Amino acid sequence: MKNIFKITYLTILLLAATHQVKGAEKIELLKIDWSFKGLFGKFDRGSLQRGYQVYTEVCASCHSMKYLSYRNLSEKGGPEFSVEQVKAIAASFEVTDGPNDDGEMFERPAKLSDKFVMPYANVKEAQAANGGAYPPDMSVLAKARTGGVDYIYSVLLGYEDPPSGVTLDDGVYYNKYMYGNNIKMSQPLYHGSVEYNNGTEATKEQMAKDVATFLMWTAEPHLEARHKMGFKAILYLTILTILVYFSMKKIWSRIESEV
Amino acid sequence: MSDHEYVPKSKFGKWFNDRLPLLSLASHLTDYPTPKNLNYWWTFGGILTFCLIIQIVTGLTLAMHYIAHADLAFESVEHIMRDVNYGWLIRYVHANGASMFFLAVYIHIFRSLFYGSYKSPREIIWIIGIIIYLLMMASAFMGYVLPWGQMSFWGATVITNIFSAIPFVGEGIVTWLWGGYSVGDPTLTRFFTLHYLIPFLILGLVVLHIWALHIPGNNNPIGIDVKKPSKDTVPFHPYIVIKDAFALLMFMIVFAFFVFYSPNILGHADNYIEANPMVTPAHIVPEWYLLPFYAILRSVPDKLMGVVAMLSAIFVLAALPWLDTSKIRSAVFRPLYKQFYWILVIDVLILGYVGAMPAEGIYLLIARVSTAYYFIHFLIILPVLGSKEKTIPLPLSIMEPVLKDSSNLSTIKNESLN
Repeated sequence: MKNIFKITYLTILLLAATHQVKGAEKIELLKIDWSFKGLFGKFDRGSLQRGYQVYTEVCASCHSMKYLSYRNLSEKGGPEFSVEQVKAIAASFEVTDGPNDDGEMFERPAKLSDKFVMPYANVKEAQAANGGAYPPDMSVLAKARTGGVDYIYSVLLGYEDPPSGVTLDDGVYYNKYMYGNNIKMSQPLYHGSVEYNNGTEATKEQMAKDVATFLMWTAEPHLEARHKMGFKAILYLTILTILVYFSMKKIWSRIESEV
Repeated sequence: MSDHEYVPKSKFGKWFNDRLPLLSLASHLTDYPTPKNLNYWWTFGGILTFCLIIQIVTGLTLAMHYIAHADLAFESVEHIMRDVNYGWLIRYVHANGASMFFLAVYIHIFRSLFYGSYKSPREIIWIIGIIIYLLMMASAFMGYVLPWGQMSFWGATVITNIFSAIPFVGEGIVTWLWGGYSVGDPTLTRFFTLHYLIPFLILGLVVLHIWALHIPGNNNPIGIDVKKPSKDTVPFHPYIVIKDAFALLMFMIVFAFFVFYSPNILGHADNYIEANPMVTPAHIVPEWYLLPFYAILRSVPDKLMGVVAMLSAIFVLAALPWLDTSKIRSAVFRPLYKQFYWILVIDVLILGYVGAMPAEGIYLLIARVSTAYYFIHFLIILPVLGSKEKTIPLPLSIMEPVLKDSSNLSTIKNESLN
């Protein structure tokens, strides 16, 4: 037992050390202007809706979204589909409910209140279907990676042929932004992978941007409310600070005249 | 306590006050004579009280929605972030509030170091403060474990493993702390209980800290004793109250920027990945406010001695009133101490930096030198400086330099801010 602890401890320190060395040669992530950055940052509604389309048509076959419910898609600050649209979206998925009065589990179309249906029954099944790698849940992915949305955007566009001398195992792909450069997910986005219905051209960059925006929203669904409240709070505090400053000057002037 | 006896005006007030002197206490607090030359570094006491209250209020609210269970904790935090009304606000205030609390406490501690506030007759205030600081670190560490992310889990594993360095009983103690053979559900539930308890202990100690402060009264930038009440003092209300309020509002603006515009910048991305005992994160680092001690821990090659060094780094502070032999409190009148003070500040910042870096190569060397210097400062430089240093003559009262030459005061003010 003692040794296990010691080894754990040493491994941790060793890993910490090697990570940092690798970190030093990390390459710059691709950077684009996100509409949701900055003091007044808001999501681009169209981008969120297209991002949802990319997620459902491309990502959702492997990546779960377990903390989201269908109702979230119509809520303020999100893609803001109409309630009817979201009801239709939900109804296209089957969920297991029950037990009913006969004690039987049954299948029914999903409702607004249901969580997003998972692509796999459990982690083991997900791993078995993906060559041992577990496709991470995407609910908070944009906050769970250093670099956030920039990292996700970069990885989606970072697939290229491995440099000469690098040999990859079967089912492993080369990605220049992925940590360690090896990724078990094959390139998910190609020109025209999805067909946008509003005429937006489905370039790789467009889809990557849209789905990254969507993932930022799933990770931070109250981002718009936060930015809005933040502005009000800071404005309020600033005005109050100025008022209190003058009160302070006035009060202290009573004794500073003696000084 | 102030000299005059408070007598309530109303008959009921007198009846009540004779039985429970709450009105006398309120009167003492508002009239409390405070040196009039306190600068803005003295406003952090009030700011820290605010931080504690914010942490307790937001913490209670979070506890109503949080579930302390290894399988449910991460999900319950996401529930708070998504579905609880303003849950995201409460959680971000609480998480960033911890960092703001430490930012304020470090300024408060280094203000004490600069102006010699720990010296006689304020040793007990100082020691209570050190105990509060220790409890804050314990509480913050356990709080970081509660979201049950990867950094929570592995941070808990690394830090609790420190106890295994204790000879003979170390392994037993670690198993006892965990409530099992690894960090798991029993660890989480007990950390939650203690995380809930400690802030109230801190609150009690804060009362003692302030009580002990009100016996000798505040130190001040000049560091001389003031007669109270006198020309050198002002009543706490309204003079200090309004000044504290102004400083607090400025502090809240900074706080608000973190909460609303970069709520996750002080955290680690890995903590949004649910705890997984099978996967070790590439880089385990404690929260920023613990980094200097983490650097000291790792700078010693032997594990047990590393732990001893880390604990000594905190306990040496408790002995500070006796290690610093100089009778002069304020660094304003101690030209040599002032220089060593700033070297210490830089030394601690360097320790914080190397604490975030891998313990190898040049970083390890820097960590070792900085650790050595930290102890040299307290154990050698301070005791020697007390007898060797040629200090600047002290003014007789706070008002004296002002009355003689008004330009003097501004010099002192400027120096004390530098």
